[in-house]
Amino acid sequence: MGVKFPLHTKSKSRKVLSHDEPEDINLQVKERKKLFKTLSGIEVKRFYHPKDAMSGGYEQTLNDPGCYPFTRGIYPTLYRGRLWTYRQFSGFGTPLDTNRRYKYLISQGQTGLSVAFDLPTLMGRDADDPRCLGEVGKCGVGVSSLEDMETLFEGIDLSRITTSMTINAPAAWVWAMYLAVAEKQGASWKKISGTIQNDILKEFIAQKEWIFPPEPHMRLIVDTIDFSVKCVPRWHPISISGYHIREAGSTAVQELAFTLADGMEYVKWCIEAGLKVDEFAPTLSFFFNSHLDFFEEIAKFRAARRIWARVMREKFGAQKEKSWLLRFHTQTAGCSLQKQQPDVNVIRSAYEALAAVLGGTQSLHVNSLDEALGLPTEKAVRISLRTQQVLAHELGVTNTVDPLGGAYFVEWLTDRMEDEVQKYFQKIEEVGGVLPGIEAGFFQQEIANAAYAYQQEIDRKERIIVGVNDYLLEESPDIEVLKIPDTAEKTQIQRLKSLRRRRDHRAVVQRLRDLQKAAKTSKNLMPELYEAVKAYATLGEIAGVLKEVFGEYRERAVI
Amino acid sequence: MSRLSFSKVKPERVKQGKSIPIRVLVAKVGLDGHDRGAKVIARALRDAGMEVIYSGLHRTPEEIVDMAIQEDVRVIAVSLLSGAHMVLVPRILQLLKKEKVKDVLVLVGGTIPEDDAKILKKMGVKEVYFPGTLTTGIVEDILRYTSEPKQKLRVKKS
Repeated sequence: MGVKFPLHTKSKSRKVLSHDEPEDINLQVKERKKLFKTLSGIEVKRFYHPKDAMSGGYEQTLNDPGCYPFTRGIYPTLYRGRLWTYRQFSGFGTPLDTNRRYKYLISQGQTGLSVAFDLPTLMGRDADDPRCLGEVGKCGVGVSSLEDMETLFEGIDLSRITTSMTINAPAAWVWAMYLAVAEKQGASWKKISGTIQNDILKEFIAQKEWIFPPEPHMRLIVDTIDFSVKCVPRWHPISISGYHIREAGSTAVQELAFTLADGMEYVKWCIEAGLKVDEFAPTLSFFFNSHLDFFEEIAKFRAARRIWARVMREKFGAQKEKSWLLRFHTQTAGCSLQKQQPDVNVIRSAYEALAAVLGGTQSLHVNSLDEALGLPTEKAVRISLRTQQVLAHELGVTNTVDPLGGAYFVEWLTDRMEDEVQKYFQKIEEVGGVLPGIEAGFFQQEIANAAYAYQQEIDRKERIIVGVNDYLLEESPDIEVLKIPDTAEKTQIQRLKSLRRRRDHRAVVQRLRDLQKAAKTSKNLMPELYEAVKAYATLGEIAGVLKEVFGEYRERAVI
Repeated sequence: MSRLSFSKVKPERVKQGKSIPIRVLVAKVGLDGHDRGAKVIARALRDAGMEVIYSGLHRTPEEIVDMAIQEDVRVIAVSLLSGAHMVLVPRILQLLKKEKVKDVLVLVGGTIPEDDAKILKKMGVKEVYFPGTLTTGIVEDILRYTSEPKQKLRVKKS
């Protein structure tokens, strides 16, 4: 490329600078900082040039939307065909409280449900477990039994709405509860659709809500994928998640690398269990964070699609095009929200949401302005939903697919993300793979290092966060905070006690015994789990009998 | 109770002479798995010359108080992002009282509404740190609070 950029300066010999001489530029024009870098620490040049982009060729590295390797999007029409799903994650208090919130969200134009469970549920514990004191209904809705699940979806037609459930360690039997509700409603398993997160690897790496050691959890995940393929074909039995990895402090590069490595691990386990890659691969889905570094996030989403397509085709030999597609949900970055001047969070979340849309997300959650303080109020959630609707209808960004495709910087950064991810794949291989890496604390240490480095930048004011270390207000404006009534815990415990009295005790004992017996074999546990939840065995009782077979996990903490 | 998953971090710059580094227990209590803040604080305190013990995840208030006594710490820094702070933190304070542990500063950090923070401080929590707090400020606070003369830690275990 012969493009030269004449630079007008006062120096005697006016120099014509070529793209290859960035250092010369820096000598002549002083810049604000010595180094400009992305949130992941990738150094960014002053400007980019055609030479920087698409060196691998258009068809090979980008290609049209809907064409391998899908860098520009998995569908040829994307939002011209169908908008992304507005999926605001919510859940708090009792199943009845949350059921009311769902009905409100649906009435406001939400197009998919997303269930946030409380910590006891995430850990497979019943509301009346002594370890759950003070936790019931606090950061999500508490579900201890099928009865709770029935209340949660009371009056909501499961054949008409898709439901995403953020549940991991006990995902198999929480899903069984959902399937039981669907059956009771008369909604065919062949027609219902939704997602269970069911990604235990990122729990060990980042979110830290587990029950058993990694291997039995992996077996349960393979069981759910297998069951889904055979019996609930429109379901996504796993959402391989980078979101929590990012929230725990990782960089964008680490988020992408660790998530895709986890994805490959699940594929490997499924293939080893005898599943055919082209049967289950189309059901896999992903979940990413959208943080504040706008272009890096967009590059991350684009690189994710390309890497996954190549991995599925070349490494795992998938033949069907559907098996190569990386579909993903996005949530804006909770960790970018600030308590100070909370209104500013609306702006942060809107930009993050825009990055997700420009990155081609399939569904989206926009965080609410009050979430550094607690769960969002109805009003705060409405603003989040409206942010999505403004993006969809007013901004014009949905008119064309991958509008940033071909931008020198975006293409360069997409390539760099891919290179950096490959380096991490190499490192993960060096520590022996994903499970040995978890046991050795490799991922946890990498994330902790990145989180600390980020905080130090803020402490030293090398990175400005508006309202936190600059542009402060004497007094931060007061905002309304959602209060979870303490009665939620009592109500849930009473409901559970009453259920234990009412149900057929013998049937429960028998189903739990059958489940435990099956757990000792290598057969798929879904049928036994389904029978157990239908007999109203509780979440904690099921976890209990499985723990006796599988054991419990305890983390060796690294700082 | 398992003690195996303690993480002890020795200070990088141990103070010279008679001065003994301040011992801090960074504690995760309840079912909350959010450990980013706890780990960042643990490292910041260590880098500031303190001796830090990290409890690891999913501890009960009983386990935390027991660790604090065993490790003879001056400060318990509790991190909570689960919303269970109004139950679990008072329980820690109550147990410290029951064990007759005095002169241990209890600090709390996490997603805690201001109204709750006021109540917790009335109950005996020395300081509550909200999201966005700089670690340098926490270090300064601990140095200031602990420079007040300390009586021998009085522990009576029955």
